[in-house]
Amino acid sequence: MSIEVKHISKSFKDVNALKDISFSVKEGELFGIIGPDGAGKTTLFRILTTLLIADSGSASVSNFDVVNNYKDIRKSVGYMPGKFSLYQDLTVAENLEFFATIFGTTIEENYELIKDIYVQIEPFKNRKAGDLSGGMKQKLALSCALIHKPEVLFLDEPTTGVDPVSRKEFWEMLKRLQQKGITILVSTPYMDEAALCDRIALIQDGEILEIESPEAIVLKYPKKIYDVGASEMYLLIESLKEYTHSYSVYPFGEFVHYSDKRESFDPKELQDFLESKGLKEITIAATKATIEDTFMELAK
Amino acid sequence: MKRFIGFVKKEFYHIFRDKRSLFILFGMPIAQIMLFGFAITNEINNVDIAILDKSQDATTEEIINKISASNYFSIQQYLKNESEIEPIFQKGKVKAVLVFENDFSKKLTTESNATVQIIADATDPNTANTISNFTSSILQKYQQEINQELKIPYRIIPETRMVYNQELKSVFMFVPGVMTIILMLVSAMMTSISVTKEKEMGTMEILLVSPLKPYLVIIGKVVPYILLSVINAVVIILMSIFIFKMPVQGSFLLLGLESILFIISSLALGILISTISETQQTAMMISLMGLMLPVILLSGFIFPVASMPMPLQVISNVIPAKWFIIIIKGIMLKGVGLAFVWKETLILLGMTVFFMALSVKKYKIRLE
Repeated sequence: MSIEVKHISKSFKDVNALKDISFSVKEGELFGIIGPDGAGKTTLFRILTTLLIADSGSASVSNFDVVNNYKDIRKSVGYMPGKFSLYQDLTVAENLEFFATIFGTTIEENYELIKDIYVQIEPFKNRKAGDLSGGMKQKLALSCALIHKPEVLFLDEPTTGVDPVSRKEFWEMLKRLQQKGITILVSTPYMDEAALCDRIALIQDGEILEIESPEAIVLKYPKKIYDVGASEMYLLIESLKEYTHSYSVYPFGEFVHYSDKRESFDPKELQDFLESKGLKEITIAATKATIEDTFMELAK
Repeated sequence: MKRFIGFVKKEFYHIFRDKRSLFILFGMPIAQIMLFGFAITNEINNVDIAILDKSQDATTEEIINKISASNYFSIQQYLKNESEIEPIFQKGKVKAVLVFENDFSKKLTTESNATVQIIADATDPNTANTISNFTSSILQKYQQEINQELKIPYRIIPETRMVYNQELKSVFMFVPGVMTIILMLVSAMMTSISVTKEKEMGTMEILLVSPLKPYLVIIGKVVPYILLSVINAVVIILMSIFIFKMPVQGSFLLLGLESILFIISSLALGILISTISETQQTAMMISLMGLMLPVILLSGFIFPVASMPMPLQVISNVIPAKWFIIIIKGIMLKGVGLAFVWKETLILLGMTVFFMALSVKKYKIRLE
């Protein structure tokens, strides 16, 4: 096991940030920690990167204990904090060179590993890191976290505040890194990114709700889900919530994800109800549950 | 070693790219020395005075000539009667008025007693005191001159000689003090700010999750500022020698080594401050309030330690600057060697080691 977490709990003053968390990540796995802001993701990352000590429980990274063998872990992992944490007054090249030096390596030595990412920011290598765009900053931060060829890579919300195109590119890069045998633990509040992981852990209020592969996790959704559409979104949501048999109602893009309490659900009956509320252009079609639906269901 | 050099290189990038701090770093010493050297001074020079001479005879004329011939006073106005004294003070035109009584010469020869009244504006007590002292000494000198022929038995004439600073130039007193303050501020404030900056920017988080050892981070932070502070010390000493003609009697080597010792002790204090503050602002406030004020008030730079109340005297002992000022005053003005300042040096060394050890111990290897 590359990462092993056993019954970790951590609290700050009166906040229980993590409550009895356990999971493990296999070698070479791309493991996602999915949860909203304040779920405890960053605290978990800081415990695993030896920055914080848990109140109880134990954890190991590459078979090193996070408390007793913290020095070994610091040599062998790459860490990219949630907040952009490079030297803003240093240029792209200087930042990379600095991190290579303090890890006792050179850019040339591990250039192969970062090549795909670095070529994209190389044209700006003499620009100060503080002047880069959000996506560029993340690429540089990832390059710096990778320059010493880490065994395990910790990425805390790497795509927060990054445009959709850069986000997509970023995940493609993670996939390529995974193929090079690097274990990756990544956290994100975006449910659509969760589908790109091998396995995900859904986390809320410091508790893990479920650990599964993205494909398996949606099967956990207990009901059939329907895309319901109508001319007036707001009235539609209100009406669906009013409907006596409704089990869950969540807006999802241009539709509303609806599920019914009953086993035998007749779309015609719902259509009539909605028409009686004065809604027009009503469409009802069966659809698959998403990770978001599952998360909402589990988080209830 | 390569890691260490890489770290120091990064520190220099930070320093040289932040133009504003760079300006403070090198502009402050020059500005301070100039301020203390020229503007803030205890000496009096061309102080404006007025004279009310009620007798207007040969003797008073001679005394007035002597007073105006000195560089200390410049006579602005001759008053006609006492009622003019109050208004002239109120207008702030003069700092003092000399009043010669009626029939000054006659009284001096017949009664061998004549009075000169010195009225000084004591809103600024220091200047008022100095004016009255200087005037008295001019009068005394004149008295001795006219008494030369007379035989007065058993006279004690005190002959004062000011050693080490014969002209009583206040800049000689300020230079060691200003040098101390600047070295202390630059070293302690700049390092504490640069460490807390890493905390604020989040880069400390990455530095911690790296194989870089804590003591290397500390030394790496300190080394650039040792170099910069040494440059500052050299600039201050050169300025005091060439601009203020201050003689450095003792050995430059000893002065340099003692300065480096003091710089290191201040840097250690700076690191210590950074371990207890989370933001650059707190670090700056602690450095300014916690270091600069005690240094100015308690180190003996402006107010002599010996005339402080007992509790303050005790407190002043824990201020490294106090010992450093004693040392450099000794070396610069008295020209003493290590044999005379070894005790102070040892105290300073002990403090440096203590601060160093404490800051390495307090340096956090994790986030909390």
